[in-house]
Amino acid sequence: MSNAVAHAEAHGHAVPHDALQHHFETMQQQKEASTLGMWVFLLTEVLFFGGLFFAYLLYRVWYFDAFAEASRTLDISLGAFNTAVLIGSSLTMALAVRSAQTNQRSATVRWLISTIVLGCVFLGVKVIEYADKFEHHHVPGPNFVSESVWAAQEQIFFSLYFTMTGLHALHMIVGVGVMSVVTWMAAKGRFDEHYYTPVEMTGLYWHFVDLVWIYLFPLLYLVERHN
Amino acid sequence: MSGHVSPKSLYYSIFGALMVLTAITVFAAYVNLGAMNAPIALAIATFKATLVVLFFMHVRYSSRLTKLVVVTSLFFLAILLGEMMMDYASRGMGVVLPTLQ
Repeated sequence: MSNAVAHAEAHGHAVPHDALQHHFETMQQQKEASTLGMWVFLLTEVLFFGGLFFAYLLYRVWYFDAFAEASRTLDISLGAFNTAVLIGSSLTMALAVRSAQTNQRSATVRWLISTIVLGCVFLGVKVIEYADKFEHHHVPGPNFVSESVWAAQEQIFFSLYFTMTGLHALHMIVGVGVMSVVTWMAAKGRFDEHYYTPVEMTGLYWHFVDLVWIYLFPLLYLVERHN
Repeated sequence: MSGHVSPKSLYYSIFGALMVLTAITVFAAYVNLGAMNAPIALAIATFKATLVVLFFMHVRYSSRLTKLVVVTSLFFLAILLGEMMMDYASRGMGVVLPTLQ
């Protein structure tokens, strides 16, 4: 590093940033590469969840009455509350990235911790909802109980419900883990206005998790609520 | 070098819009719109998703390459869903049941 600084000073170049890897020309190029990589990963995630959404839509068209009936057993107020919590966590995440961009270290840490807390609130509500499903024997399998003529088809709904919300929750658990590391890095002063890529990439991931829920909420909780 | 910094007010406005749209989704679900209930719910969700992608995920201010990848993800999704639809629609085509032979 000192050689690089001496070289830069001798030739009148700008001093390279500490976080600049040797295989990149500029910080801008390095950030662009990370952003591209992250979006390609998110592309695979779109396909991953896309297949599940398609399976859901197909069965919903086949067994609409069963899906409507099963959907009504979900607690709409808990679902709506969680939607608000998750959108709120996207706001705090966006503000964390903004604080990192403007080199406000303590604000970055504060917003990241807020995001983690909101993420945990979401997961906590999900635990309450899952526990309720187990209690009422709404979990597909040998212990499933339903008086409906659509009992078998309702299990398809609940299978999709647990698969999709479960995978979504798993993504959130991973996100909370990643955010904890990034928060620690931010607290250590690893970021400044020229280098905050980990905060921004974590933000992209977290907003994607929010996106999945934006579709899951109406599809699972609001199949047919009128009449 | 630090990229586009959006004003805080923009983030609060987007958050407000997303909350209002969530309330509209819940409200619309309680109104009998016949076959239109699901398309309306999906349309609102897609509008919300667009707001998140453009502003929270900064795609509006991203490079053209990033924008291309975002659009490509939708294109790939269309291929995936399209091929699954073709498979679904053509299941059993040309199969002669043994009892009819």
